[in-house]
Amino acid sequence: MNSLLLIIVGGVLVNNFVMSKFLGICAFLGVSKKTETALGMGMAVTFVMAIASLFTYLVQHYLLIPLHLEYMQTIAFILIIAVLVQSVEMVLKKTSRSLYLALGVYLPLITTNCAVLGVAINNTTAVEGGYNLIQSVVNGTAGALGFTLAIVAFAAIRERLEIGNMPKWMDGFPGALIGAGLMSIAFQGFSGLIH
Amino acid sequence: MSEKKNLRKIFMNGILDENPTFRMVLGMCPTLAISTAVNQGIGMGLATTFVLVFSNLVISLLRNIIPEKVRIPSFVVVIATFVTIVDQLMKAFVPALSQSLGVYIPLIVVNCIIFARAESYAFKQPPMASLVDGLGMGAGFTLALILLSSVRELLGSGTLMGAQVMPASYHPMAIIIRPPGGFIMLGLLLLVVNAAVKAMQKHKASRAKEESV
Repeated sequence: MNSLLLIIVGGVLVNNFVMSKFLGICAFLGVSKKTETALGMGMAVTFVMAIASLFTYLVQHYLLIPLHLEYMQTIAFILIIAVLVQSVEMVLKKTSRSLYLALGVYLPLITTNCAVLGVAINNTTAVEGGYNLIQSVVNGTAGALGFTLAIVAFAAIRERLEIGNMPKWMDGFPGALIGAGLMSIAFQGFSGLIH
Repeated sequence: MSEKKNLRKIFMNGILDENPTFRMVLGMCPTLAISTAVNQGIGMGLATTFVLVFSNLVISLLRNIIPEKVRIPSFVVVIATFVTIVDQLMKAFVPALSQSLGVYIPLIVVNCIIFARAESYAFKQPPMASLVDGLGMGAGFTLALILLSSVRELLGSGTLMGAQVMPASYHPMAIIIRPPGGFIMLGLLLLVVNAAVKAMQKHKASRAKEESV
């Protein structure tokens, strides 16, 4: 139980995927102009990352390791994620219209979100022998919640920047990146939480 | 002759006009994450170039065989194959570098630069041009990584390629090699590059005006 709590605090705050591990930066910079879209993206990523952690765990421990195919990990994991994203999209379309409308547009983008592949690999390397099933799913969910926290906060900052009086030469990516840097400094403050 | 000139243009395109880091702002995760030391920047740049060149070449060769509908999964398989090759090679021959780049080597699979070139270039162009495009894009990415990582290593640890450069009285600014420094230095570098591009365009425009008068 204690270790799960550590994983959650670590994933959301201390080792935040975006702010300290630089995973999912493309989505972080690309889909953060408005808080609503940022929240939608965050929720879609959370959904996919939790399921992807589960499936990659099963494949790693019941397929790749017994067959001594660990070197196929990258190919296997990225294919699982691609298939998963596609099927989540299809299932949502058939079963939950409202959820599909909310998350649908973000789903195709998630296949190439490195946070998803990153967490799947991280689950197998974080501790000797990798996390167990529950720890993997918790780690995936916590990491994705951390991503959501970072992208929503960043979108809020960017909304303010839009109406603020930014120097012209800082417009666009340079200003956004420096803003993200300042935010990252704030996140560094969490690093004292666990040792 | 004109063929050669054309290929040179394709190569330079990746370094200047469509530089993946500075002009297209693609592939940000590895750029920010591993640019804390120059040797990591070079290693990452070369590994990505290898994958880019071969995936571009193979996808271009297969472009008439792969059906339009399943092109994305096919790209994924081709790219993942070369990433696995590069990962295994680096583990065998440069284990220390492989260790320090860690998870970011398998993550080359999801580097948007490679996808973008496969989708927008290699799937439509002949093999030779695609190969040169991969080389140019790879070189542009590598140069950007070297630039960013030299600045960060110099200011953040006072060294270059691990050798002490700054005088002993210099206090390294540790924040530069921490994550916030990555965001801020890349932002500042983009600022400088944007300003340089604007100045160059202005210069070109005024020269064209002079000539027409």
